[in-house]
Amino acid sequence: MAQLNLKNIKKSFGDTPVLHDISLDVNDGEFVSLVGQSGCGKSTLLRIIAGLEHPDSGDILIDGQSMLDAAPKDRNIAMVFQDYALYPHMSVGENMAMPLVMASLPLYARLPIMRSITPASRRAQPQIRAGVETVAKQLRIDHLLDRKPAQLSGGQRQRVALGRALVRDPQVFLMDEPLSNLDAKLRVQVRAEITELHAKSGLTFVYVTHDQVEAMTMSSRVALLQTGHLLQVGTPNDLFSDPANLDVAQFIGSPEINIIAGESHAGQVSIGPTQLPIDLGATGPVQIGIRPETILVRNADGLVASHAPEHGHAVTFKKRLVEDLGPEFLIHGAFAHDPEGVIRIRAQKSDAYSNAGVFAQSETLDVVLNPRQLLFFGADGQPLRPVATAAKQVETA
Amino acid sequence: MAVSKLQRAQTRLAYLLVLPATFLILLIYIIPIIFVFLGSLTDYTLVSDYYEFVGLENYRQMFGDKVFANALNNTFFYAVLFLPGAFIISLVIAIAIQEQKQFRSVLEVLYFLPVTSTLAAMALVWAALMDSGQGVINNTFQLFGLPRVNWFGNEDVVLYSLAIISLWSIIGFNMVLFLAGLTSIPKNLYEAAALDGADHPLDKFFRVTWPMLGPTAMFVAVTSSITAFKLFDTVAILTQGGPDRASEVFLYLAFLEGFEYFNMGYSAALSLFFLGIIFLFALIQALFSDRNVHY
Amino acid sequence: MAEISQTPTPTAAHWLDRAKPKSVGRVVTSLLLFLGAWIMVFPFIWMISSSMKPTDEVYDADFSIIPKTFKGFENYYGVIFEQPYLIFLMNSMIVCVGILVIQLLTAILAAYALAKLKFRGSTILFGTVIAAITIPINVTSIPLYIGLVRVGLLDTYFAMMFPFIVSVFAIFLFRQFFRGFPDSIIQAARVDGFSEIEIILRLILPSAVPAIAAFSVFSFVAHWNDLYWPLIVVQSQDKMTATLSMMQYQSAFDTDYGRTYASATVVTAPMVIAFLFARRLFIRGITMTGVKG
Repeated sequence: MAQLNLKNIKKSFGDTPVLHDISLDVNDGEFVSLVGQSGCGKSTLLRIIAGLEHPDSGDILIDGQSMLDAAPKDRNIAMVFQDYALYPHMSVGENMAMPLVMASLPLYARLPIMRSITPASRRAQPQIRAGVETVAKQLRIDHLLDRKPAQLSGGQRQRVALGRALVRDPQVFLMDEPLSNLDAKLRVQVRAEITELHAKSGLTFVYVTHDQVEAMTMSSRVALLQTGHLLQVGTPNDLFSDPANLDVAQFIGSPEINIIAGESHAGQVSIGPTQLPIDLGATGPVQIGIRPETILVRNADGLVASHAPEHGHAVTFKKRLVEDLGPEFLIHGAFAHDPEGVIRIRAQKSDAYSNAGVFAQSETLDVVLNPRQLLFFGADGQPLRPVATAAKQVETA
Repeated sequence: MAVSKLQRAQTRLAYLLVLPATFLILLIYIIPIIFVFLGSLTDYTLVSDYYEFVGLENYRQMFGDKVFANALNNTFFYAVLFLPGAFIISLVIAIAIQEQKQFRSVLEVLYFLPVTSTLAAMALVWAALMDSGQGVINNTFQLFGLPRVNWFGNEDVVLYSLAIISLWSIIGFNMVLFLAGLTSIPKNLYEAAALDGADHPLDKFFRVTWPMLGPTAMFVAVTSSITAFKLFDTVAILTQGGPDRASEVFLYLAFLEGFEYFNMGYSAALSLFFLGIIFLFALIQALFSDRNVHY
Repeated sequence: MAEISQTPTPTAAHWLDRAKPKSVGRVVTSLLLFLGAWIMVFPFIWMISSSMKPTDEVYDADFSIIPKTFKGFENYYGVIFEQPYLIFLMNSMIVCVGILVIQLLTAILAAYALAKLKFRGSTILFGTVIAAITIPINVTSIPLYIGLVRVGLLDTYFAMMFPFIVSVFAIFLFRQFFRGFPDSIIQAARVDGFSEIEIILRLILPSAVPAIAAFSVFSFVAHWNDLYWPLIVVQSQDKMTATLSMMQYQSAFDTDYGRTYASATVVTAPMVIAFLFARRLFIRGITMTGVKG
C-alpha cells in the first residue's frame, strides 16, 4: 500500500531535455497509465521512479519518503520490463527466486560454490521455494518452474516476468509496455489479467504504454505526456470528452478525431454553410473536433446508421470509401464545403444499414452533427467552451 | 521431370566457380595431409632419396624420446603460465574498460596496439628490455630493491619471460573479444538485477556477466590454448630453444627436426601429433559452444 | 504546486554507476588502466626512442625517452638506403598483396557457388573447407616444402605465397555472408537478364564489402607478420621479407643498436600505422577469426 508522489522532475540526456518539470501524484491502490508517443519521456519517467535513472532535479516520494538516493531494491517497487529481461541462463524458478535470494542471503552466501554449502543458504531454501511456488500457482506457471525462458512462449515469459516482480511483495508495481511483444489476441487477454491482478492485489500500479486503448481500458487515471510535458492527468473519460488541449484530443480516440476549420462570431459557429447556434464567447477562426463516432449518417430514404442523437445539424458529406469493419462502417470522405478535407465517420450498423451496398446509391450523404458532442479549440490549441449550450432544434440546411 | 536447360547451365557454372578453389585445396591441404600421414610411417630424409617404411617406428621413437617429452613439458608449463593471465587479465581489463566512459576508445587502441605489431620485431625490443645487464626492466627492479633477473639465460626463468612477451601480445586481442561479449549482454538484465537486489559488483558479475559471457569465455579459452601451442616466433628469434633446451617448445622442435635436421619422417609424426591437439581443442569448442546459447 | 527548482545534489552513495559522480574507486580504476596501457605501449616508445640514439646510448643505465644525442636521421638513413630494407618491405608487400588478390578471387567465386548455386558435391566440398580451417600451416609445411624443392621453386615469390593462395577460412566466411543475401533479389536479377557473373559483380560484391574489407585486413596483417613460412622457404637476402629480416639480428648482423631498432621500427610501422588509421576495421578484421595471425 503506497502513495507515490513525483515532484518537479526534470531530466536531460546531454543537451536534450526529456522531462520538463513533471509533477504527478499517484494515490494508494491507483492504476495510473503514462501514455504518449515514443520519445515523449514516459519510459524515462518510469525508470526514474524505479531508480534506474537519476533525475536532474526534483524528488520522488513513496509514502512520503524521499527515494532520490535509495537503490532500486530499497524502494519497495517491482518492475516488468518491455522485453521482460528474464535471465536466460536461469530456469523460471531461479528467475523468480532472484529477489528472494538477494533479500534473504548475505553476500558471502550468494557467491558461487558458497551458494550450495553455506548453512545460511540451506536454511533459506525452503522459504524461498515456498514463496516462488505461491506466486507461480497464482499465475498458473507452476508447471514451468524448471524450464528456461527460451523454452517459453511470449505469453508465458510475460507471466514469469510478472511473477518475478510479484514475489518481492512490492508496494508499487511498475510496467514498461509489458504487452508490446505479444500478438494482438494475447494482448487483450493479458490486458484483462493485469487489470484483474491490480484489482485483487490492491497495489499501486504505474503502467507505461504508447497504446491509448490500453491506457483507456485499464487505468483509473491516465497521464498523457508529449515531448517531456505532462499534457493532462485525469480519468479516461476526462481525457476523451474534456481534453485539456487539441493535442490530447488528437491523441485519444481511434480513429483519430476529425479536426475542421470553423468560424466563431456572434453566438454562432459556422462550418462552411452550416450555422451552429453555439456561443463560444469569442470571434475568429476556431478548430472544431468531431469524434468519428458522433456523426450520424442518413440517406435519402431517411434511414439512419449509428446511434441517433436527438438533435443535430445536417451537413452534406461526400464519401470516398466505405470500409465494412463488421459491427460498423468506417466511412472516409469530406464535407461538401471543403472537398479537400479528410473526415472519417464511424457508423454503427443498424437493420437498415447492414451492408455497404446501401451507400452505393449516391455520391453524397447527409450527416448530422450533434453540437453537444463537438469540441472547440482556439488557434493556440486551447479548448473553447460554449458559454451557454444552446441546444436548439435540428435545422435542416 | 527433366532438368531445365537453365538449371544445367547453372550447375556447369557452379563447377566452374569452385574449380580453382577445389584444385588448390587439394594441392595445399588434402594431398599434403595424406603425405604427412604416409611420410610419418617412413624414415624419409631430404638428404637422401632412399627411404623405407618403418611402420609406427617414428611414433614409438617420439613417445620414447626425452627431447620430445622435454618439448611437450616446456609447452605445457608455458601454457600453464600463459593461459590464466591471457584469460583473467584480459577479462578484468575488458570489464574495467567497459565501464569507462571518456577513455574507452583510447584505452582500447593502446591495449590493442601490440596485436597488430610485428612480433618478430617487437621480440628484439623485448630482448633489450629484458637484457640481464642494462635492460630497462632489471634497472627498474633494482630501483625497487628487487634482484636482477637473467631473463633469457636462466633455464628456470626463460619460459616465464616468453610467457610475459606472449601475454603482452595477446591481451589486447582477448580483451576485444571479451568487450564484444560484454557489449552484447542486454543492459536491462543489469537493471532487472538491480531491482532484484543484485546490485553488488560481485552479484552482478556472478549472476549476470559471467553466465552471459559463457560462449565468449569458451571461445577465448580455446583460441588462447591454440595460440599457446603455436608458440614459435619469439623462441626462434630470442632463444632458439635455449638455454639447454629449456625453451624448446613443441612447434620449435618440429621445425628443427624437419627443416634443420631434415628428419622429414619423424617431423611428419610430430606434425600429426600437433594436428591431433588442434583437433582436440576444436572438438572441445564445438561441444561446448552450443550449450550456452540463449534465446 | 510550489516551484521548487532544486539543483542536482551530488549523491555520493547512489548505486547507479552512470548517475554517480566520479568516486575514488573510479579514479583508481582509470589510473590502473592507464598504467597498464603504459606497459603495453612502452616497448613501442622504447623502440622509437632507441631508434634515434647512438649505439652506446641504447643500453645507457639512465634511460631517457628523449635521446641525448640525436642520431635518428643517420639511423633511418642507414636502414633505408644502406641496408636492403626497401627490398624487404617490397618483398613483404608483393607477397601480401599477391596472396590477398588470389585468395579473394578463388574464395569469392567458390563461396558464391556454395552459397547460392545447387550442384552435386557441394556438401562434401563445404565439409572439406570446414575441416581444412583447423589445419595450420605448421602441419602441412613438410610436404609443401618437399614439393617446392622438387619443382625447384624454393626461394621464389611463388613459394612464399603458395600455401596461402586459397583461404578456406575466406571461403567459409564469404559463404556465410552470401547466404544472407536475399534469393529474391538474385532471382529478380536473373529475370532481368543478369548473367551469374554480373550478379556476383554488381549485386553480391558490393553487399559483401564489409566482410571483404575485414578479411583483407586479417589476411594482410597475418602474412605481413608471419615468420614461420618465410623462414622455411626463403634462402637469399633478395627474397627476404621484412619480418624475416628480424631473424638476422639473432646473430651479430648489425652491432649498431640504434640502427637495429630503427629497422625494427621500419618493419612494424606499416601495420601499426595502418591500424591507427583504420581502428574499427582492424579490430573487426583481426578478431573475427579468433585465429591470431
